[in-house]
Amino acid sequence: MKISSYPKNGKFGKFGGKFVPEILMEAVNELEEAYNQTKKDPSFQKQLNYYLADFVGRPTPLYFAENLTRNLGGAKIYLKREDLAHGGAHKINNTLGQALLAKRMGKTRVIAETGAGQHGVATAIACAALGLDAEVYMGTEDCERQKLNVFRMKLLNAKVHSVDSGSKTLKDSINEAFRDWVTNLKSTYYLIGSTMGPHPYPMIVRDFQSVIGKEVKQQFKEKEKRLPDALVACVGGGSNAMGTFYPFEDDFEVKLYGVEAAGDGIETGRHAATLSEGHEGVFHGMYTYLLQDDNGQISNTTSISAGLDYPGVGPEHAFLKTLKRANYVSATDKEAVDAFLLLCKTEGILPALESSHALAHAIKLAPQMSKNQSIVVTLSGRGDKDVETIADFIGAKI
Amino acid sequence: MNTIKQVFENNYNNKKGCLIGYITAGDPTPDLTPKITDALIRGGVDILELGLPFSDPIADGPTIQAASLRALNAGTTPMKVLEITKKIKTKHDIPIVIMTYYNPIFHFGLDKFLATAKTHGVNGFIVPDLPIEEAADFKKAANTCDLDTIFLAAPSTSEERLTKIADASSGFLYLVSHFGVTGTKSKIENSTLQLIQHVKPFIAKKVPLAVGFGISQPEHVQQVIKAGADAAIVGSAFINIIQKNTNNITDMLNELEATARALKTAINFEE
Repeated sequence: MKISSYPKNGKFGKFGGKFVPEILMEAVNELEEAYNQTKKDPSFQKQLNYYLADFVGRPTPLYFAENLTRNLGGAKIYLKREDLAHGGAHKINNTLGQALLAKRMGKTRVIAETGAGQHGVATAIACAALGLDAEVYMGTEDCERQKLNVFRMKLLNAKVHSVDSGSKTLKDSINEAFRDWVTNLKSTYYLIGSTMGPHPYPMIVRDFQSVIGKEVKQQFKEKEKRLPDALVACVGGGSNAMGTFYPFEDDFEVKLYGVEAAGDGIETGRHAATLSEGHEGVFHGMYTYLLQDDNGQISNTTSISAGLDYPGVGPEHAFLKTLKRANYVSATDKEAVDAFLLLCKTEGILPALESSHALAHAIKLAPQMSKNQSIVVTLSGRGDKDVETIADFIGAKI
Repeated sequence: MNTIKQVFENNYNNKKGCLIGYITAGDPTPDLTPKITDALIRGGVDILELGLPFSDPIADGPTIQAASLRALNAGTTPMKVLEITKKIKTKHDIPIVIMTYYNPIFHFGLDKFLATAKTHGVNGFIVPDLPIEEAADFKKAANTCDLDTIFLAAPSTSEERLTKIADASSGFLYLVSHFGVTGTKSKIENSTLQLIQHVKPFIAKKVPLAVGFGISQPEHVQQVIKAGADAAIVGSAFINIIQKNTNNITDMLNELEATARALKTAINFEE
């Protein structure tokens, strides 16, 4: 059976499922039904494609990073420029798709969680464009380290709720969004921002994000007349990686690398490398890998990148790991910052700190490969939001 | 040993409703939990629901979230909750159900945890993030250990699912009273009373119906029992008493007992 034919009955092998409170069961079933009908509807695809082209600016370029390639002296490095999508990240591919779906379902209010703020901004943009009310949950710690995105969301007419419970980061904002959803089920659409949560979300988000991988396949073929040798993308919940990998899942000659956040270093215990270090369990509606303690309590994670600071991971990634179809590796805060600085200097591109983790691995990988091989790195977002964090890290004053 | 079924039958024979009292085990400390449950039992609680704290309780409101955090910070582990259960059971012949999320159970090892729970005197489990579709393994393990599986139904549950949930439930069925999370509310909505009347025929004769979420006052329990529920579940109201009296244990225990008594008295109303 083709890997890309999953999920079957809401599961990727044993991963995924619908581990939600009973009160949400009808809602996720309703969503599944609505999505399955909508995706077959040519008028929906037409509408989505219109927005993706004229509003988001797709297709995003596949850019040959010639200077970086020369600097590293190995495989050719191509950058999939999701940072050039409207809003500054790949997140808009999903929020537009889901917001259109929400509208078709007759929902008037959209809620979302956000870590780095990119998904919150993308939700605010999609809702403003489509005339939906947007409310975004964001951990107070994330609000602090991504102040600019909080203000952007407000400018875009979204209401931002800061979440002060638990670790005050992404996982807590998801908890709070679930609590809102059970309270306002009828009016409200929960727009999940990554390939996570209960079925059908991991599938829906993957499908909307797979525009990334489809374009890579076509663009790379035009440039190199073949398939790339390796794809590299960062993994928090895993949406840009899943969107990149999915159209290549059954092309076994293409190596897939998912890069998690190693924070201060795996050995310190202060990281967010769920697939590398976690154990199977149930969290946020899904059966997947989790960072958890000896008693099954969910761990607090550490990463310089708010978008990767999550103790779970999308179930399809857990599946690809178990199948050994994808390799999951990690990059530390320092490696990510070094990669960020190198790309700024060599290519004139400021990558998001999340995407810098993917770059950091490509930097390790390229010199081990031959010059006639190619790596595609998904540059999931732009790094303007991260300049203060970078300044702090390297001890610079702005 | 008194089972959940027997407690419901006794109360039914005496034309009384059941009071199910929830507290988070280990809140504020594991040592204090048996004293808290002593007070609740003295006040008239028929069945104890002990929360096994989880780091990310998505179905719970701020009161139980805070209680879970206090319990975890006080070093409450799944094993400690079972030890607390055993301690309560040596003193009281009262059914105890554990309410927790699936991950702590799964991480311990499903079969191992349920077997250990059984030997420590647990009567059943409520696992809010485990709907019937995902509960096959859990149900099998619970049946093997002769533990009750208490599933939840909600205002959004279809009639088709209600029947399935009633079939999968033993001990009682936990009806979530309204759209929302746990926590006290000032009044019971008419929609809750209508929900009870709607649900009752689907589960009657299969399993008793207990109603929870937002029930905190004597008139609330009376209303839900009058509407046809067999039991009322009160949680956050007790936890609020615990929370505000952490510095005065005597007051805490007295107030818990008095509150439980007032609730139990209201349940045993005369027609």
